[in-house]
Parts: sequence; C-alpha cells; structure tokens
Amino acid sequence: MRKETILNACVLLGLLAVPLWALSVDEPFIITLATKAVIFAIAGVGLNFALGLGGLVSLGHAAFFGIGGYTMGILASHAQNYAPLMEWPLVIEGTKSMPVIWLFAVLFSSLFALVIGALSLRTSGVYFIMITLAFGQMLFFFMISWPAYGGEDGLVIYVRNGFPGLNTLDPIQFFGICFALLCIVLFLVSRMARSSFGLALSGARQNEERMQAVGMVPYRLYLIAFTISGAITGLSGALFADLNRFVSPTMFSWQTSGEIMIFIILGGTGRLFGPVVGAAVFILLEHMLGGLSEFWHVYLGAILLGVVLFARGGLIQLVAGREVAHD
Amino acid sequence: MTDPILDVRNVSKSFGALKASDDISLNLVPGEIHALIGPNGAGKSTLIKQIAGGLKADSGEVWFDGEDVTHKTTVARARLGLGRTFQVSSLAMDYTVAQNVVLGALGHRGKIGLKGFFRPAMKDKALLEVAHDALAQVGLEEFANAITSELSHGQRRQLEVAVALTLSPKVFLMDEPMAGLGAEGSQRLTGFLDQLRHKAPILLVEHDMDAVFSLADRISVLVYGEIVATGTVDEIRSNPIVRTAYLGEDDAQ
Repeated sequence: MRKETILNACVLLGLLAVPLWALSVDEPFIITLATKAVIFAIAGVGLNFALGLGGLVSLGHAAFFGIGGYTMGILASHAQNYAPLMEWPLVIEGTKSMPVIWLFAVLFSSLFALVIGALSLRTSGVYFIMITLAFGQMLFFFMISWPAYGGEDGLVIYVRNGFPGLNTLDPIQFFGICFALLCIVLFLVSRMARSSFGLALSGARQNEERMQAVGMVPYRLYLIAFTISGAITGLSGALFADLNRFVSPTMFSWQTSGEIMIFIILGGTGRLFGPVVGAAVFILLEHMLGGLSEFWHVYLGAILLGVVLFARGGLIQLVAGREVAHD
Repeated sequence: MTDPILDVRNVSKSFGALKASDDISLNLVPGEIHALIGPNGAGKSTLIKQIAGGLKADSGEVWFDGEDVTHKTTVARARLGLGRTFQVSSLAMDYTVAQNVVLGALGHRGKIGLKGFFRPAMKDKALLEVAHDALAQVGLEEFANAITSELSHGQRRQLEVAVALTLSPKVFLMDEPMAGLGAEGSQRLTGFLDQLRHKAPILLVEHDMDAVFSLADRISVLVYGEIVATGTVDEIRSNPIVRTAYLGEDDAQ
C-alpha cells in the first residue's frame, strides 16, 4: 500500500474519531466544528476535480456553493411559511426533506456550472480566473439586491431539514449524514479520476495539442469536469446552509471562493484527500488562532506562504512524498 | 497510379510579406513514403500545420480520403484518420508511457460513454491491448511503466510514433521523427517505417538524408515556400535546381 493511501485512511478515521470523542465528553460545539470541516471538504473535493485534474483555476466556485445554499434556503423557507413556490400553472410546494433539497441543489448548481463553464472555458489562464471571479461576483450582487429572499440579510430557517429515519437536530446524527456524503463523493471522484474520462481530462491539462492529435476536444472534457465540480460544491453549499440554518449572500462572496481554494493548496493540489486535509487544518486554525486574535488570517497567510514556498504539493506531499495515489 | 489519399491543392499562406507556402501542390498515394525536404525556414512546418489543422491556408484546398478538409478542425482531421507525430515531442509528460498510448487508444475509440466515467482506464483490456501492441511495434514495451518526462529524447520520438499507431490512421504525417535519435536509433526507425508504409502511407518531413534516400518513393523539395521539384530519389539527386538550392549547400561544406 502506498504511504498516501495509509495517510488518507488515517485522515478519514481522525475526522470520524474527533466528533465521537466530543460526543463522549459532551462537547457538541466540537461536533459542529467537525461537521463544518467535512462540509468544506466536500466543497474542496468539488473544486479539486476541476482544478487538480483539469487545471481549471476557478475563482468563482462560491457561485455553486451559494446556489446550493439558496436552493436549500428557498425550498425550506417556502415550506416553513406554508407558501407554495408557484401556484400556476401547477402548484409547487417547498420542502423540508434533505434528499429532495440535495437533488435540486446538485441540479441547479450543475446547470449554472454548465452555463458559466461554457462561457468561461473559451478563455484560459489568468482570463479564466478573472471571468469565473466575475460570474461569482455577479451572483453575489444579484443575491444582495434580490429582496424576495432576504436580500443582504439572508434567510433564516428555523428548524433543520429532515432526513427519513434520523433526527437531524442531533449534532452527531447530522455529522454522520455529512460524513457519509463526503465518503460517497470521495469514492465517486476517485473512480472518475482513474476512469477513461479522468485519464483524458488530466491528459488535456498536461498537453492540449496531444489531445487534439488523438481526436479529443479539450473544451468538452473541461466543460464536463467543470459541471461535475460545480455540482459537488453545490451539494456542500446545501449542507452548509443546513448546518447554520441560515443562508446569506456571503456564501457567494469571492472570499468563499478563495477559502475553498485555500483548502486545496494547503492539503495538496490534485490529491484526492488534499482538500479534506486542507479543510480540517483550516477549521483547526480558525478555532485555535481565532481565539488568540481577531486577525488570525495573518497567521493563516503565513502558513499558506510557507506551504507554497516549501511544500508545493501541500501537506499530504510533506508527509507521504511525491507519488500520487488515486485510491 | 492510384488515387491519392491526401491531396494538397494550390495551398498558399503568407505571414505579412513572407510567403511561407507559395501555391503548393503535393499528394500522397497508398503504399508510398513521400518525403518533404528543404532547408530550415523553407516552410515545411507551416505546410504540415495546414495539412494537420491548426493553421488555415489563405487559399487552396486540402483533400483527405475523398473529402475536402480545408475548413475542418485538427480534431476532426485526426478522427478521419490523420495520424501525426510532432517535430518537438508533444506528450503528456506526467503520465507513464503506457498511459500515453492508452490515451491514443481512447481517442481512437472515439467516445467515452457513461462507463468511461467509472471504469478504470488502465484496467480496460481492449485499450491495453491496442496500447501494448503499439509499444511492442516501436520497441518500447519494457518502458511501459516509465514516466514520460524521464524518457530519453529518442525514446520520446518512439513513443510519439507509438501513439500515432494506436489511432490506426489512414495516413501518417511525421515531422522529423529521426531528429536526435542517433545513428543506431534512426537506423532502427528507418527499418520500421519501411514496413509501416504498407499499413498506411507516410508524408515524411526529415533532415536525415540517408533515411530519406533509402526510404522515399518520392521526394518533394521545398525552398522558400515553393516546391521546386518532385520526383524519385534518382531524379532528385540529379536535379540541377535541387543541387544548387539544397544539396549544393551540403557539398560546399
């Protein structure tokens, strides 16, 4: 077994052990922190699919995170107010069911990713970064100025949405749901990374000319990857909204996009567990340094600088070496 | 003579005042190796790009397998069966040798499909078979698991040819496959190309004159964007224009 595979297993077990320990010593806040780390990890795994495998540096993934969040917010707020979303030509009600919300979050975020990707992928490099940033900001300002769903103040959902057979208000049960989803997403992404599609996508990142010469269109590969990536990040947005029982335009802000990218850089670009490690470390730092100073981002910046300068493959490479594992 | 499979008709291309391709016509018939020679800067690579796609001719047409491909993309031309090797090796450098050839086999399959998102590519027997067959033909089998960026220059050239083989193309377009191979390497490749012509004809751009003279059925000489002569090896050797314009330079050295 490769070193990285062992490390990955340890990370996953650690992520599971911390909240179980917190449960035994009755520290629900720590469970919430672990849940947040898991949700951010899903967002990071989503972006990493486009960024790590396809080389698509998107600074607009907050858009999909936000769309996932607002899908939850809008559906749940209609349900809690007993006001249908639409009455004509057919009645569409809101919903408080998590699986249904996830389905729509994935659907809407992948649709947006398809459209934004189709336009953005006509460019590359710095222009691609800028245009994805621009789309993210467009949605951010749109949400701020759309009064129907709270505008700048966002939307409060009073009771967490339900999952059949579980009590989602119990922190450890909600953590379990998020953790299971993370595992499913990791499994699917690792399969895709090793698949024919993954091979072609990563090939396109390395050499577009080569891909064209064997008769494959890089643009199409990128667009599919960007759409899948957006869908995964959208799912995490819906979970994040459920964790906080609150959505606001901040989910769409470019700082959110930046944070998702920080998870990847911290953990290791193109590594399956890179964003998982990155998100966990980020939450840990936020919790520990945040207690020391309001300006804890200064320390985060220093650490990020250190990683970029001295461990370009991220923390995973620092521990497990250069060889990349996909399982 | 049989109908040409590749037919370049009166192609011209200018960059500003420079005529890189000046009314060029040449063709390739099944079973032959047609060598394109000419001094540096004669416009060989420009012509190759217009044939393979990626550079549009100002005027003239490129016909391939009975179809006008002048306005088709590189990808479309590759799919029609134009197999290309690059002057400067163009491979996925982080991949293993095997992954690079599997990529070619995948491109030849033409579609990824839903299964292609979840089935491991490097365990796909059909792809691996094509890949290993191609590697065996160029003699790179034992390097299948080496990382491409760690290959020698010559091995990369062999891998380029192997990837082209996986596409089972109707025509090979080879831009200086011998460059940097060394005497032994280019001799082996010469023997290989000699056999390959029976699978698909080759348009060969090459500086190695020994290889060109021993392989080519026909030779076209390109000087300043113009084809100054086309003919058999003997005709080209004795052609006075070619001697002064091209081979003469060698004699003078």
